[in-house]
Amino acid sequence: MATRDARYERIMYPVDWLEERSGLVGGLRYFLFRKVPGDTNWFQTLGSATLTAFLIQALTGSILAMYYKPDPKNAYPSIVHISNDIWAGWLVRGMHRWGASVFIILMFLHMGRVFLFGAYKYPRELNWIIGVLLLALGLAEGFTGYLLPWDQTSYWATTVGININGTAPFLGPYLAQFLQGGTYINADTLSRFYAIHMLLIPGAIFALIGLHLYLVIRLGVTSPPWSKHPAGSGPLAPEPEPPRSGLTRPAPRRGVRG
Amino acid sequence: MEQRAPEHPHVPGPSLWPVGFALGIVALLVGVVVNWWIVVAGGVIAVIFGFLWARDVARGHGLTEAPAVEPERRDGHGPAAAGAAPERTYGRAAFLEVSTLGIGAAIGGLVTLPALGFMIMPAFLKQGEPPRDLGPISNFPEGEFVVTTFMTRPEQGEVSRRTLFVRNNGLLAAKPSFTIITNHCAHLGCPVQPNTAVPTEHKTFKDVTLISLPTPPSGFSCPCHGGAYDIEGNRIAGPPVRALDRYGFSIVNGHLVLEAPFSVAKVVGTGSTAHIYKYELYYPGEHLDGPEAWLYPIQPPH
Repeated sequence: MATRDARYERIMYPVDWLEERSGLVGGLRYFLFRKVPGDTNWFQTLGSATLTAFLIQALTGSILAMYYKPDPKNAYPSIVHISNDIWAGWLVRGMHRWGASVFIILMFLHMGRVFLFGAYKYPRELNWIIGVLLLALGLAEGFTGYLLPWDQTSYWATTVGININGTAPFLGPYLAQFLQGGTYINADTLSRFYAIHMLLIPGAIFALIGLHLYLVIRLGVTSPPWSKHPAGSGPLAPEPEPPRSGLTRPAPRRGVRG
Repeated sequence: MEQRAPEHPHVPGPSLWPVGFALGIVALLVGVVVNWWIVVAGGVIAVIFGFLWARDVARGHGLTEAPAVEPERRDGHGPAAAGAAPERTYGRAAFLEVSTLGIGAAIGGLVTLPALGFMIMPAFLKQGEPPRDLGPISNFPEGEFVVTTFMTRPEQGEVSRRTLFVRNNGLLAAKPSFTIITNHCAHLGCPVQPNTAVPTEHKTFKDVTLISLPTPPSGFSCPCHGGAYDIEGNRIAGPPVRALDRYGFSIVNGHLVLEAPFSVAKVVGTGSTAHIYKYELYYPGEHLDGPEAWLYPIQPPH
């Protein structure tokens, strides 16, 4: 037994080192092993699925940016190059292109789940509002990303989209002109959409997802509407300490936190 | 900030007024599509329920009551005994707090405002094109449409291409008259096509390509959403809200010179004697006349 404990201690040493200096392991454990209602179900995984879809978009988009050239003469040829010549380019571009639809669809499904479960009610209204902002930013990602292949479909779809923005009352024409970077679509429009698509909006989405998750952790997960347990009834009985709780050993290292 | 127990959160009381307000707004928006009377009815419903809602909210938060605050006394004989409520002073900590925030805001503004201006302003400054020579008038046979296309900024490539339909209307009071219609659909900006065969033969003048249409088009059509226009650019079918935009022109040394574009509500008559209801250049999809035009009071500089 003693040799086994010693070996275990040696394996866990880096984790303990990190925990003593940062508290990150405890934080991660607090995040991963928090209490949720016993009758949660698969519908409540849609939020994590949406987050996963966004992370895939961020990752594949960053890699595509290594080969994509956002100027009118090179944009479409670089897309053809990515799709036809670069190793696995077709796959990564396909993941980004189809993953975009998956991300939007999952956002709507997640929103539908929250609505139908009544999970937008007190005290979670603010998280609903943040979620709606995230939805709007996600749709803006779709709009700006659609121009980047710079083919006939994307060019005319963006022309129509910008002019739809232009028909909004009062400030619509100014919005359209801001999006175009001029009175007509021009060379600046493409690099402008590229910067909005891969820098401005993703930064805002990351920040809002942070707030969204913070509120999820702070406020907890809702029970389904058919739950038999009354809401807010507190823990039923203190649970016995598990033999090994989470990522670190149950007992702290001697002489450090004892 | 007011802390409340979880049993008494900051939530408005149950109310049906927001539902009525929302129904009014829905009726208003449906009316914009269907009938003006429904707009009026929806607006009245929305105003009534909005007022009731606002009244409830105001009552619930006690906005109508005056705050109960004891008058301030400095002689030490007031309701607060002397020494119990020390006079508020403007100390060193408060000074440092205000100056840190103020200097921080000033630095932030100095850094952020030029960057924001750099992002926004170029879209609104130095817009518009200089007049462009389209070549000698003899390249435009009288009564025929000539598809005229060129790149405004050749270094940007095809993205700067403009296409116009130019018709020589002959002489009006001994001066040449031209009709110059853009191919920019007045619905949402797709490229309209002339309703006739477009031959491949073409002339060029410098970087301007000129394609004469031997068979006169019956009108112009848009491939995106089916907008249809007559030969003068008047809308005859589909979603556009006005006629096709046009360009001004001048004649310099026997050459046709393209001037600034403008928007057109409708054209009465045809050719050189047509009456053109001319407006400043608007974005596609925006009404030039009627009550809907009130939604677009000021256009950005084109």
